[in-house]
Amino acid sequence: MAEAPQIPDEAETRARWGGFAWTTENAVKAKEIIGRYPAGRQASASLPLLDLAQRQVGAETKTQGWLPVPVIEFVARELDMPYMRVFEVVTFYTMFNLVPVGRYHVQVCGTTPCMLRGSDDVLAACKNHGLAKGKTTPDGLFTLTEVECLGACTNAPMVQINDDNYEDLDYDSMTAILEALARGETPKPGPQIDRQTSAPEGGPTTLKEMVSENHDYRGEWA
Amino acid sequence: MLANKDRIFTNVYGFQSWHIDAAIKRGDWDNTKDLMAIGQDAIIDKIKASGLRGRGGAGFPTGMKWSFMPKEPKPDRPNFLVINADESEPGSCKDREIIRHDPQKLIEGALIAGFAMRARAAYIYIRGEFIREAENLFTAVAEAYEKGFLGKNAAGSGYDFDVFVHRGAGAYICGEETAMLESLEGKKGQPRLKPPFPAGAGLYGCPTTVNNVESIAVVPTILRRGPEWFASFGAENNKGTKLFQISGHVNKPCVVEEAMSIPFRELIEKHAGGIRGGWDNLLAVIPGGSSVPLVPAEQIMDCPMDFDGLKALGSGLGTAAVIVMDKSTDIVRAISRISYFYRHESCGQCTPCREGTGWMWRVMERMRTGDAEISEIDTLYQVTKQVEGHSICALGDAAAWPIQGLIRHFRPEMERRIKDNRGGGLEPMMEAAE
Repeated sequence: MAEAPQIPDEAETRARWGGFAWTTENAVKAKEIIGRYPAGRQASASLPLLDLAQRQVGAETKTQGWLPVPVIEFVARELDMPYMRVFEVVTFYTMFNLVPVGRYHVQVCGTTPCMLRGSDDVLAACKNHGLAKGKTTPDGLFTLTEVECLGACTNAPMVQINDDNYEDLDYDSMTAILEALARGETPKPGPQIDRQTSAPEGGPTTLKEMVSENHDYRGEWA
Repeated sequence: MLANKDRIFTNVYGFQSWHIDAAIKRGDWDNTKDLMAIGQDAIIDKIKASGLRGRGGAGFPTGMKWSFMPKEPKPDRPNFLVINADESEPGSCKDREIIRHDPQKLIEGALIAGFAMRARAAYIYIRGEFIREAENLFTAVAEAYEKGFLGKNAAGSGYDFDVFVHRGAGAYICGEETAMLESLEGKKGQPRLKPPFPAGAGLYGCPTTVNNVESIAVVPTILRRGPEWFASFGAENNKGTKLFQISGHVNKPCVVEEAMSIPFRELIEKHAGGIRGGWDNLLAVIPGGSSVPLVPAEQIMDCPMDFDGLKALGSGLGTAAVIVMDKSTDIVRAISRISYFYRHESCGQCTPCREGTGWMWRVMERMRTGDAEISEIDTLYQVTKQVEGHSICALGDAAAWPIQGLIRHFRPEMERRIKDNRGGGLEPMMEAAE
């Protein structure tokens, strides 16, 4: 399949990642995560542990992170699961990267609610900044992926870059975000227009008391 | 319009702190012990009396769902509550607001609902892409433990109850309840055959109820104010308040809590600043998230936004994710993009869905450009009917319905494209006999 990821050469990844183990901090986290599930049900921890491993790889490579085969094998050993059971999980969920990605993984939502509000312009801004779908820029800074609905539809169009959402975008604000990231700055996440989260632009039509104080409506209950 | 005092999610926009102390000042965790003291069956009866129907899309009565759980769980097979926060339906973004701005309502609801159905623990399955939202939720759960609201003798009720947060990793299908259980068990999220239903054999083979975030988060307020209060909103059989999510071609897209059965026009005028370009510019609306069929402008304008009102139009309320499309919309492309979504999200387990979603998308793309025969519209419709109802879960249906809605209401537009593509509506050239 054309869309199938090109998994990097095994000998190279084995040489680089064969000795993968948790950092001290992540070892504590991993133990806490496994403790959330009943005894004997440690397989439940596969998703959170794979996420933790991907983040550790990301921290070591200064990227969003990915899951080399030896790292998946490590997680399988940690959970006493067959490698294949863990590998099939990695391939099933879109948030696990089977190939290295850039410093910033730019995930543009292109599903209908974002499409209606101009995700084409957001993708055009990425393209004109040298990003191409499914590719990492030569400087290793950006990987562009078009993703399916990320659940911020009233703030469309939006993009998720690593852990943060940037919402209510247009061509210019998307360009500005990419330029800021390239300069090493961290743009302000959330709506890029003058708007409080998912409230209507220009101020809420309801619950206006909440704008200025932590209002308790119980006194008005009849 | 619903009065502010009757809104449940008062911090929905996050103007104020989401931390537990601020939430307590707004009324959360106020004497939760007393709410639970009325007894497990009494709580279920009150939820039944409130008329609450599940907020995740299907609209199944919540109280009745809870009553399917075993009343006396065996020690080696405890009951579980699983809360569905895998909000991935295109158009939906309400659970996100509850989780990041009012998480204590969800956690308090989890305790009360878990107690009512005799559950040992609740797992909140939050979609992986909600990274910051999950951070808030982890912190909020830890804060509830610190206050003694969870754990042993939760909130002083004498009942032991735990809440765990589980992050997904990016798969729409995990919003289907049995796929969610598979995913929670650490597997690929592929739906299970039913029966057995989760209330009989769910998470780890134990009795389980899966509820949507909003269904659980409204429970404490319903008990505090009484089922009659909740049932005073909305039409018969469609009771309560609801978070509506208005996206697309309105002047001010937003999330807003309103009474059920509010007319579409009122909802849009009052909260979303009207249709872009005015009401004459409205083309069609997808009223309940991408899986429900679209409704043309003239039919929806005065329709009550509830389960039964939209069902009467051949559509559905779904999650109340209202996607508005004005006359500038390429309607075939809008639906084709939804077909692409389902093709991407099909889990691959059942052949009609795995193959059908890809096939339907490819044909929809040709419909978009008009590179098709008019007879193929009928073929497409026929194939959607063959996918619908022939898969383990409802994803096949969800992929079929938007296309059926398009053909039902916009067939002339599809035919026009095919004719235009041929240049002046000439009949296709006859192919040589083989």
